[in-house]
Amino acid sequence: MRFQRIKAIVRKESIQVARDPFSLAMGFLMPLMLLFIFGYAISLDVDELTTVVNDLDKTSASRELVKQFTASGYFKIVKQVDRYQDIDYYLDSGRARVAIAIPVDFLSKAVTHKGARFQIIVDGSDSNTATIALGYASGIAEQAIRRFAGVSVAPVIDVRARVWYNPELKSKNFIIPGLVAVIMAVVGALLTSLTIAREWERGTMEQLISSPVKVPELIIGKLLPYFVIGLIDVLFSAGLGVFLFEVPLKGSLIALVVVSSIFLFGVLSLGILVSILAKSQVLACQVAIIASYLPAFLLSGFMFAIPNMPKALQILSYVVPARYFVGMLKDIFLKGNSISFFLFDAALLLGFGTLLFALANVKLKKVME
Amino acid sequence: MDDDIAIKTSGLTKSFGAVTAVDHIDLDVKKGELFGLVGPDGAGKTTIMRLLVGIMEPTSGEAWVAGLSVMTERERVKERIGYMSQRFGLYEDLTVIENIHFYADLYGVSRRERLQSTERLLGFSNLTPFQKRLAGQLSGGMKQKLGLACALVHRPEVLFLDEPTNGVDPVARRDFWKILYELLRDGITIFVSTAYLDEAERCGRVGLMYQGRLLTVDEPGRVRASTKLPMVEMWFSDARAASEVVRGLPGVRSVAIHGDRLHVLMQEGSTIDGIHAALKREGIGVKGERERLPSLEDVFISMVEAR
Repeated sequence: MRFQRIKAIVRKESIQVARDPFSLAMGFLMPLMLLFIFGYAISLDVDELTTVVNDLDKTSASRELVKQFTASGYFKIVKQVDRYQDIDYYLDSGRARVAIAIPVDFLSKAVTHKGARFQIIVDGSDSNTATIALGYASGIAEQAIRRFAGVSVAPVIDVRARVWYNPELKSKNFIIPGLVAVIMAVVGALLTSLTIAREWERGTMEQLISSPVKVPELIIGKLLPYFVIGLIDVLFSAGLGVFLFEVPLKGSLIALVVVSSIFLFGVLSLGILVSILAKSQVLACQVAIIASYLPAFLLSGFMFAIPNMPKALQILSYVVPARYFVGMLKDIFLKGNSISFFLFDAALLLGFGTLLFALANVKLKKVME
Repeated sequence: MDDDIAIKTSGLTKSFGAVTAVDHIDLDVKKGELFGLVGPDGAGKTTIMRLLVGIMEPTSGEAWVAGLSVMTERERVKERIGYMSQRFGLYEDLTVIENIHFYADLYGVSRRERLQSTERLLGFSNLTPFQKRLAGQLSGGMKQKLGLACALVHRPEVLFLDEPTNGVDPVARRDFWKILYELLRDGITIFVSTAYLDEAERCGRVGLMYQGRLLTVDEPGRVRASTKLPMVEMWFSDARAASEVVRGLPGVRSVAIHGDRLHVLMQEGSTIDGIHAALKREGIGVKGERERLPSLEDVFISMVEAR
């Protein structure tokens, strides 16, 4: 192993990245874009659900019930309709996602303890929102009905759920740490996946392998510049998350850097391995997306909660490195755990990276077919 | 292996599936020699190059370069040789000087040595004014010289050049060969491949290659002299009219016009009498004539046809 040769490759690779608009955009612009898209535009929180109301009872009780819904902040009344059938139009056209229908006998049944009923209809075409809306609605409904029935005057048990770690239940608090993992996967695997394939395509690989450079020198030299870009992105994303999106960073910055470095080592090795095997930039890029970006996005617990997945996908998620990384990031950001809490996960990731790095070294041959 | 041998192969063979690209090649190249491997595209020249510089595994046979076995001491061979692949191996998004420095570091050239050799290389390649230009923005001829400079930065003992003048204009080609002769004076061994037969004549020895086999290996003059094809050079007042008559006569292989002269290549065993008789019939007088050696190209084509 010769330092001079590693340095030569690091310098060459850095110059190439600095002069390539595509690499620069992928390395620095895309993380920024992802952060803004997910931080601002896409929110998994459900609020101000458009709601249509059909109040046939028209009593103080029914008005009080509707007020409960609006007061919660989750529902926004867009229209009061007089006929029950008119609800269909609003739901079909998408003008409303929730309908509340109150029958004429609502008050009378409520006061006579005959079981007051009313109907909530939720547009189920977006199942995620529907589930959340239904949850909110039934909570409000239960409270309201009990109140009218007089039960809530002296509740026997008052259940109040409290959410820890993310008390405001804000999805961005989950999203930003998860996003860091996705950005790493993209920058790490996608950018490096191009490096060896590009050398083959441009004919410079033939020249490289005719030199005395050793395979590990070549791989390390190629990984280091992207490792630095990756770390810059982590710190940048975390900074933006904390200062712009006000995501709490309860853990230490050092833990963040250490964990990110371990994950980066893995995805970079994956990218370079893909690049070695694919030998063409287009193929390498596609494989890298499938092997790193998609799992990081879909199976890491970033977008979709792992316990809600079908069993097969849950099992599959155990081999997705991003799963462990997202978990650790959430621990660091929201719980403030120290590294000792997830030492095992970190060790797993390190093992994954080492395996891929070793594989890359074995697979890169200094010969042509 | 003898001390004065720079390259030696013994039964060197490379097959790609059913195709044998290089077929049992036995070759010796002496130290300080300029050896030319000549043949059409697809003859196997690039494959031999790659086998010799240790970036391809032979199917069978052996090769030694700079006193070391390419089979068993591949990486040590790489330290002693310079190689310029057909595509020059330059990083087009790096500048001239960045390319040279990159290869200098890759070969472990010390900083002081690098300073000296960079100056020397930029000087002989006339690239000094273009140091800061991106390699991708150089002309074909300049790219070729930069490729050569990069291959020489660590002062190799043996230099391998794979079709270095491919796609380069004639002036740049002549400059390039001048540089090669200068390198030869420094005692470096040069192994060059080319599809241009006129270039092959500039080599100390040539190997004519066709379909993976070496047809012959010798000095260009002796290869030309070895042929049994008679060739005659004739002067006329109207060479064009004469060529009309001579072309197509029995026993005439080819006719080429060079100003007021004709180069007439004849079949093996044919005599010039038939040509004289035909010219006389048409009333065309011959101002003079002499025997000539056919060109390498003529010899090569006749050898290929004989197979």
